[in-house]
Amino acid sequence: MTLKSIIEALLFAAHKPLSPAEIRAVLAGEGDEKTEAALVGFRRVKEAEIAAAIEELKVDYIQSDRSFTIAEIAGGFQLVSKPDYALWLKRLLDVDRPSRLSPSALETLAIVAYRQPITRIEIEAVRGVNVDGVLRTLLERGLVKITGRSDLPGRPLQYGTTQTFLEHFGLRDLEDLPAVEELRRIEAKRQRAAAATAAAAPAETGTPPAATGTST
Amino acid sequence: MVENDYKVRLEIFEGPLDLLLYLIKKSEVDIYDIPIEKITKQYLEYLQVMRMLSLDIAGEFLVMAATLMLIKSRMLLPAEERAEQQAQDEDEGEEPRWALIRQLVEYKKFKDVASYLGQRALFQEQVFPRHEASAPEVGSGELKLGDVSLFDLINAFNETLKRVAQRETLREIFEETYSVTDKIEEVLWTLGERGSVKFHELFDHAATRAEIVATFLALLELIRLKQVRARQDAHFGEIVIVKATA
Repeated sequence: MTLKSIIEALLFAAHKPLSPAEIRAVLAGEGDEKTEAALVGFRRVKEAEIAAAIEELKVDYIQSDRSFTIAEIAGGFQLVSKPDYALWLKRLLDVDRPSRLSPSALETLAIVAYRQPITRIEIEAVRGVNVDGVLRTLLERGLVKITGRSDLPGRPLQYGTTQTFLEHFGLRDLEDLPAVEELRRIEAKRQRAAAATAAAAPAETGTPPAATGTST
Repeated sequence: MVENDYKVRLEIFEGPLDLLLYLIKKSEVDIYDIPIEKITKQYLEYLQVMRMLSLDIAGEFLVMAATLMLIKSRMLLPAEERAEQQAQDEDEGEEPRWALIRQLVEYKKFKDVASYLGQRALFQEQVFPRHEASAPEVGSGELKLGDVSLFDLINAFNETLKRVAQRETLREIFEETYSVTDKIEEVLWTLGERGSVKFHELFDHAATRAEIVATFLALLELIRLKQVRARQDAHFGEIVIVKATA
């Protein structure tokens, strides 16, 4: 038995991405008299060794042309089938996949992802439309969550993306998004501008008439 | 032909910024150097068409129309007055034209990210992780359980029957008999394997009403014999069956 094969078994049985830290925690667990001998050899494995073993597994799968691979999603590793096999897997599993997200849902998600924590009004300032309905859909689908309240007047709710968001789009983490730096840098400027306008015109936050484009 | 173009496009605009971006792209001009007069004219034409089609024009579209006209009117001012106005704008924060351009540029970037996310989602649709149902999740110790009344059980049973009634209509009926005794063993075996099981999971593989009834009677019998207990974490919540000793 090797570290590599143990990790493979863990990834095989897990139904969510496993982080190196989670794998290490599993390996570090104490055993009793019977199991101790088997466990002790892998007790002190470092996260770097786990990562290296996972890389080896990836290479193994490529070399033996397996139908699955190890994807890095939401900070963890997960066995996933290769896209080429979707044709058949869809027939087996696709029955209750949720419907695709609308363009307005994707735009809203993109803004939340870069600017979190962010209030509804702030999202609307970027998109130029009411986002009430879209935001509710995103909350229902677990892609966005309420993270707290802003210190702005009225203590509006703030929103952020979830683990499910990363999983849905197959992202390793938020840094995995394109041009993260650039889109965040605008943030600082925007906050300064927002502070200025908030001081000048608080009436601006009045809700506009119901929008039509908030379908999901 | 032009009007048809409008009709098609209108549905897919996500808002006034989206419409503006479209107009800018169509005119093949630099976003930083928008010919305000031309774009404003086209924008207002679109609103006109929306009205003709008696579409509800969202308030945001009208606010943007006002902004565009404000910017246009500023540009019509004589040079010295414009400079005056600019000085005043700087005191107030930002010139409306630049504020709009900045907003457009920013919105454009998020729109690009949105389409990137859309592509990733499409890719993810082709990729399947291990199937969730294969991993037992119950018994993680997170549930706060309270005992369930007979009415709750019957209610849950009724729901299950309804679900199967829908399935059943489309199936061939095979002659199969289920004894309550068999089902008692099946339920006990499942609980022996996993410690607890959700109510509906007991019926997931049942194909007919007869089978569901047998399973339900088995469950009632086991509860009467105090072999298992039915518990529920909230009113009308998911009912969970646990071993009585556990």
